[in-house]
Amino acid sequence: MFVPHTVDDREAMLQAIGVKRLEDLFQDVPAQHRFPQLDLPPALTEMEALQELREIASVNETTQDLVCFLGAGAYNHYVPAAVDSILRRGEFYTAYTPYQPEVSQGTLQAIFDYQSLIAALTGMDVSNASHYDGATAVAEAVSMAYANFRGKRAKVVLSPALHPQYRQVVHTYNLGTPIQFVGEDLDLQAGPEALLPYIDNNTALVIVQYPDFFGRIYDYTKLAEAVHAAGALLSVAVNPLALAIFAPPGQFGADIVTGEGQPLGIPLSYGGPYLGIFATKQEYVRKMAGRLVGETVDNRGQRAYVLTLTAREQHIRREKATSNICTNQGLMALASTVYMSLLGKEGLREVAELNYHKAHYAAQQITALPGYSLWSNAPFFNEFAVRCPKPVSEINAHLLDHDILGGYELGQDYPGMENVMLVAVTEMNSREDIDLLVDVLSEVSHD
Amino acid sequence: MTEPLLCELSVPGRRGVRFPQPDVPLAELPKELARQHFPMPELSEVDVVRHFTRLSKLNYCIDEGMYPLGSCTMKYNPKINEETARLPGFANLHPLQPIETVQGALILMYELQEMLKEIGGFAGVTLQPAAGAQGELTGVLIIRAYHKSRGDLQRTKVLIPDSAHGTNPATSAMSGMQVVEIPSDARGNVDLNALRQHCDNTLAGLMLTNPNTLGLFDENVLEAARLVHEAGGLVYGDGANLNALMGIVRPGELGIDVMHFNLHKTFSTPHGGGGPGSGPVGVAAHLVDFLPAPIVDIIEEGDEETAPLYGFVTPPKTIGRVKSFLGQFGMMVRAYTYIRMNGPDGLRAVSEAAVLNANYLLSKLRDYYHLPYDRICMHEFVLEGVWPDAPEVHALDIAKRMMDYGLHPPTNYFPLIVHEALMIEPTETESKQSLDNFADVMIKIAEEAHTQPELLKSAPHITPVGRLDEVKAAKELVLCCGVGALEAEAA
Ligand SMILES: Cc1ncc(COP(=O)(O)O)c(C=O)c1O
Repeated sequence: MFVPHTVDDREAMLQAIGVKRLEDLFQDVPAQHRFPQLDLPPALTEMEALQELREIASVNETTQDLVCFLGAGAYNHYVPAAVDSILRRGEFYTAYTPYQPEVSQGTLQAIFDYQSLIAALTGMDVSNASHYDGATAVAEAVSMAYANFRGKRAKVVLSPALHPQYRQVVHTYNLGTPIQFVGEDLDLQAGPEALLPYIDNNTALVIVQYPDFFGRIYDYTKLAEAVHAAGALLSVAVNPLALAIFAPPGQFGADIVTGEGQPLGIPLSYGGPYLGIFATKQEYVRKMAGRLVGETVDNRGQRAYVLTLTAREQHIRREKATSNICTNQGLMALASTVYMSLLGKEGLREVAELNYHKAHYAAQQITALPGYSLWSNAPFFNEFAVRCPKPVSEINAHLLDHDILGGYELGQDYPGMENVMLVAVTEMNSREDIDLLVDVLSEVSHD
Repeated sequence: MTEPLLCELSVPGRRGVRFPQPDVPLAELPKELARQHFPMPELSEVDVVRHFTRLSKLNYCIDEGMYPLGSCTMKYNPKINEETARLPGFANLHPLQPIETVQGALILMYELQEMLKEIGGFAGVTLQPAAGAQGELTGVLIIRAYHKSRGDLQRTKVLIPDSAHGTNPATSAMSGMQVVEIPSDARGNVDLNALRQHCDNTLAGLMLTNPNTLGLFDENVLEAARLVHEAGGLVYGDGANLNALMGIVRPGELGIDVMHFNLHKTFSTPHGGGGPGSGPVGVAAHLVDFLPAPIVDIIEEGDEETAPLYGFVTPPKTIGRVKSFLGQFGMMVRAYTYIRMNGPDGLRAVSEAAVLNANYLLSKLRDYYHLPYDRICMHEFVLEGVWPDAPEVHALDIAKRMMDYGLHPPTNYFPLIVHEALMIEPTETESKQSLDNFADVMIKIAEEAHTQPELLKSAPHITPVGRLDEVKAAKELVLCCGVGALEAEAA
């Protein structure tokens, strides 16, 4: 389909090579396995393929067809048109990793812009050029902390309120390491102080989320003090949008900040591609995995950008590297950079405040219904857990009948929480949407 | 002319995108937790669009011309992929929606799993891994779990040829394995004698790239797999080079037990300037139970009246989850589109043309550059970028000089086993004219290397920037625009 050769081209090329037939180029492939007939559907033209894909896509009910109150790590936000317009420039999306800086300054400087914005947003000194997503960024924080103490500290404290999927990924990444994980069985209502007894001089890292999986915002200053008193590191997984109105983790002493960058201008796209944010303090920059862009000058005296500290990475260090990451989420990092610069200082605050106000309105309205109450009294950003009069699965089925995507059923990850729903509200939800949700929820409490 | 940074373009009080006024009562913000200082740029939409458009013009890209980076499979990325991935029915789905509302997405994932199984010769596929390296991690953890399930706890040794990509040893180390490097023989294959010495009861597996990073089909692949299996080990296939093999041979039939696919190489999803990729993993029947969870499957068979219901299953001995949600779904839509448009014959034609193009280019260049392994190549080949009679010229100089002719250079200094390597992968989407032009340039540069080496040493000359001071970058370590400057402006 995308092979340009004419019959004549092919003949001329085979002749230049000195073989008669195309098949002659595959003599090294074991004959008994050569040229299998692939059982795949026959080729489609572009027109037919688009039609088929449209049909498949039309089977789905989208966040445009349904009113969405689902979050739990991925959020329905407005993406300004200019973001995708930049992403669709072939100069960005059809370029490779910028290994040849003289012909890749666009990508390199955009990453440098990204690193600058993420450092400013998180209140940290340095950011890398991205990880795969919020979950793998946390797993990389574990590897980094473990390597930082040269394996001498083998314990990592995981808050039970860290996203369950992030914790699962951390466990998978560490199937072959001696790291011991503690903390996940703690009382969910207890708050960060409950982690303190686990922190000692064998602890490499303590990981919390901000806002946490239940939407709660805690001041981690005391926790950070305890972590540092034990000589350990603190890693905070963030929703980056919340940092437009809440104190950044750098302010309360985080050593590593990770995050899911999806809320920064990246479509939901059924879970990916998203963006793994990773930032740290200057003193750990050489311990951080992933690509980094640094500023320098060229031989004509111009300011220019280049991949730097590459000696940390797998292609140089091979089995001594602390991470195997190679391809990252370059284009998604670009999306977030365009988004952050389009909204800017005022726009980011504005959208974060909208989320905050709408979520608080929803919480107030829902908890005014009989049988519904807030699961926690802690401050929250755009997501909160609600105790419901019935199992969330039943309520959600009813909501779906009214074209509402209800909140996340926390019972899926936390036994005993079958009646607790995690509700996310963003700038995309109008007051009417919220009132509709409240109306339908009130029907559930009555019957 | 240097493009300013975002923070330098910022003008206090300037605004880009606006949002509607709140339509709900305002809630009190908790003061103790409130952000005091928010040093973000202040720009108009025009400022932003122009900044990134100007930046984009400093990049070379496939849409502009040939991008022959060996091992990277920089083929043309069909534009239709960008349309299908952005269909609202795909782009606006939340990953945690009830399965009844996302049957289309699940059908697509299920069908893609089936297609990759058929192309690779595997019994099961996970689409979860985010890129090649994460596919490797998934695969090696599966190998580890397999041995563990059989009580073979001592199997921790992974054999890796010296021609392998750096992600292979890095992955094995991350998985808690011991890495043993295996030399290549004189024909560029895995050295079977060296391999044999390590085939004992501590062997977990072999990580094999085939075609290998020299672009050669490993002539010993069946024997290597037999030796490893006989010793109780498993064979991991680095599928980075699958572009040579579609419809040519199924890796699963060569004794590869587990392999990652690169949707961002073989299946035309764009590299995006460094990602996102997507690295699905295929496994043989004995490893299906270890795949990461969840896997898409038919959970209720259909009949004449009702369609089957697609949903998620958890393999009984799963290694767990490697990524949040379901993987890089947008890349799956693109790869699905590509496979559907090619069909079985089209995919074979892709691999045939990829191999034809590489051999054609090789035939044109072999008299001018030293070819360390002289065999028919697959989709790529490796030359030495150095001549005894032009000692001051290095592969790097050749690479930089190519830019003066408006071309992207090949991969250089990889694989490590070739001195001054120039690794060339034209891909099937280059026409004969494009290859001829590339060959002419390479030949011209070979001549210049002997007659005017200073032209190479000082190259590139026509690019937006010249050679960079990489030592300064690493020593001074300026990694972001001073937040201080931004703060000062904002204050
Ligand atoms: C042979 C080989 N293996 C593995 C990888 C790693 O794949 P990824 O960059 O998708 O993680 C690459 C990537 O360039 C490669 O060429």
